[in-house]
Amino acid sequence: MQNDTLKKLIKNGAIWGFILFQLVFFEVAGRWWSLSDSAFMDLDSMLLLLKQSAPIGIIAIGMTVVMINGNIDLSVGATYALAGIVMLDSMNWPFMEAMGDASIPLAWLFALFTGSLLGLINGVIVWKTGVDAFIVTLGAMLGYRGLVFMYNGENPTYHLNWTMVDFAEADILGLETPAIVFLAVVLVVWLVMTRTVHGRNAYAIGDNREAAVNAGIRVGPHMVWNFALIGFLAALSAVAFYSGSGSVNPNDGMLFELWAITAVVLGGTKLTGGRGSIIGTLGGVIAIQLLRRGLNHIGAQTETVNLVIGIILIAVLFLDRQLNRKGAEELKV
Amino acid sequence: MTDQKPALRLEGIVKTFPGVRALDGVSFAVQPGEVHALMGENGAGKSTLMKVLGGIYQPEEGRIFIDERETVMRGPLEAKANGVMFIHQELSLAEEISVAENIYLGELPRKSFGRVDWDTLYSRTDAILEKLKVSFNARTRVGDLSIANQQMVEIARALTVDARAVIFDEPTASLTDAEKSVLFDVIADLKAQGVGIIYISHRMEEIFRITDRISVLRDGAYRGTLETAKTDEDEITRMMIGRSLDLTRRQAPATPGPVALRVEGLSCGDLFQDAHFEVREGEVLGFYGLVGAGRTEIAETLFGLRKPTSGRIFLKGEEVTITSPIDAIARGISLVPESRKEQGLVLGMNCRDNITLPQVGDLTAGPFVSDGAEISIYDQYRDRLQIKSPSWRTTVGNLSGGNQQKIVIGKWLSMRPEVLIVDEPTRGIDVGSKSEIHNLLRELAKQGYAVIVISSEMPEVLHVSDRIVAMYHGRVMREFTAEEVTEDSLIQAISGIEGSAA
Repeated sequence: MQNDTLKKLIKNGAIWGFILFQLVFFEVAGRWWSLSDSAFMDLDSMLLLLKQSAPIGIIAIGMTVVMINGNIDLSVGATYALAGIVMLDSMNWPFMEAMGDASIPLAWLFALFTGSLLGLINGVIVWKTGVDAFIVTLGAMLGYRGLVFMYNGENPTYHLNWTMVDFAEADILGLETPAIVFLAVVLVVWLVMTRTVHGRNAYAIGDNREAAVNAGIRVGPHMVWNFALIGFLAALSAVAFYSGSGSVNPNDGMLFELWAITAVVLGGTKLTGGRGSIIGTLGGVIAIQLLRRGLNHIGAQTETVNLVIGIILIAVLFLDRQLNRKGAEELKV
Repeated sequence: MTDQKPALRLEGIVKTFPGVRALDGVSFAVQPGEVHALMGENGAGKSTLMKVLGGIYQPEEGRIFIDERETVMRGPLEAKANGVMFIHQELSLAEEISVAENIYLGELPRKSFGRVDWDTLYSRTDAILEKLKVSFNARTRVGDLSIANQQMVEIARALTVDARAVIFDEPTASLTDAEKSVLFDVIADLKAQGVGIIYISHRMEEIFRITDRISVLRDGAYRGTLETAKTDEDEITRMMIGRSLDLTRRQAPATPGPVALRVEGLSCGDLFQDAHFEVREGEVLGFYGLVGAGRTEIAETLFGLRKPTSGRIFLKGEEVTITSPIDAIARGISLVPESRKEQGLVLGMNCRDNITLPQVGDLTAGPFVSDGAEISIYDQYRDRLQIKSPSWRTTVGNLSGGNQQKIVIGKWLSMRPEVLIVDEPTRGIDVGSKSEIHNLLRELAKQGYAVIVISSEMPEVLHVSDRIVAMYHGRVMREFTAEEVTEDSLIQAISGIEGSAA
């Protein structure tokens, strides 16, 4: 049992250990090998890091829920772009312009509604057709991106509202709005997953769907809610980001799904479902962002970043596999 | 056959798993040219023994001899290299490729530059298939074959090497009579070539038709070898089932209460037809029959996992329709499923969460699940069922089979069901926990639950049931009370010999 607890600790703490290692490594590398003349671990740059993590981070939190549930959602990047377009474009509509700043919350609602609806559609298709979530959301990824281009062709969609920009750049104790939204999402979804019935059922369904059905859990509707949640969070991510930037490019959000999945997996969530944690994903998101900044800090070329992250991802999963390998001979009944 | 050296000999094989001694010093020998039956109940250790022979499991003790040469098999390839071949009950073929490729998988004949020598491959395969008198050829895609023919492909595969011992594991399970005779001809051929054959089957008539000797396993231990010609079903059954103190017949029948569940003419397609039975509060109703007789399917129908094609279900005299497990649970029907790992437990979750899974929605305080309420339910059932687990936090996957089963039972008891259905209550559970679970089932009946127990183990059914329903091919053949039932009459009923439908 002792051994069990230790293993658990290593597994759950691994990502934070890795973050700590990065902090020390880049600090030391920067200072003593004179690769950089500034400190790596200063507060401002860490706060900025949190803000930069927010767009993918918010989506990764939703992805964690969906993956614990035993599914996956590849359409989040397209949903993100589409929600951004709906938000900014709606503010150009005559009746919205007539409302002045009061149109801001309404535009946000439109965006959030769009995201939730797209997620809901994914969920209902997965539920009713029984087609694998990977395939359904792969199709949705192409389809929703198609909608993005149908909306405004290759042109960016923009709307500049300084009140909105001010709001997006407002800060509390140095934390800007996107970072606050990110941390709030982490907190709320963490509570949902650890403390509520919905969270409990998500783990149960992801681990053993048949047993969950036998326990009287409504598996289909449950999954639909999770898809709606990730759609909502993709839209929330767009709201947090585009409120500040005011312009959506139709290619925005591409590969977001893969970065989100990378962060989730680094954070210890199993691809097959049933295990994972929101806090782990927070760690995964921070680790990736830290790595980008760190490599930049020591003067590595930006092109090397993806290579390094790719290698680390595989190394982490290999380690995880070693730690989790069950006895080679398991009693099969 | 007498004084030859054995083709295959096992000596004192021991294999243990956490909590279970699966093989406890098994020794027996198969002569060349002998068909040797290996018999035993489910869980007696047959499949573990076969996995040891196949190199999948390494025994802790004991030795394996092939032609009296000691052999260690570290994996399936080594087993094959040593001339031990398997015809599995579950087919292991690649459906998308041809028969020939399947048969020579991993050792396709080659030409230069690694090209496959298709001509040689097909001609070799066709030569083997000819011996088997099959209707397909080397180029047929395996996925297009019937199950019986796929089995023939497996057999053909065994014929490609110079086999010393061939093990048939329930080979006739999916074969028609005509296909069976072809199989038996093949076995006779192999026998004539001096190959040692181990034949695993539950079907007595086959055992008597083709085997020379019979070895019996019980609870992982070797119980002896009989000459087929000098024994009868009775003796074999006795050896297989044995007598142990904790599996005596029920003596005092309970005094049952009112009818909790009554089923009238329940049918579900080909799976079972026209089932009639009732179970009262305070009694255990046993369901006995061979695998595939429709027992599990009846349970699944009562639990809303299958839709009945006709028939009526009454709960406490009131007719009900059950369309999903949610319905069944709401009406007080609970099912402890046949396979606890696949259908019953969330293995990665802890003990407490598994027990409270069906009712966690009712254990909330505000938006959150109440830890205290959950722990108190866990504590209650841990004490009541004597679940041995270090803490409620322990992952269920780390518990022994017996304790896992108790978790599943606890889960359903905590829902306070009217009818508790337990499918194979002690499959894969060690002997000690078995009797604990038997006592528990009896105790539950005493407390007034209506309990249905489905089992493939006769002593278990005899031990726990007040009444026994015997099934054969989807039909309820007969219902026995605990006093009137005899092993013979039960065996006859489940073999379809006695056709008086109840």
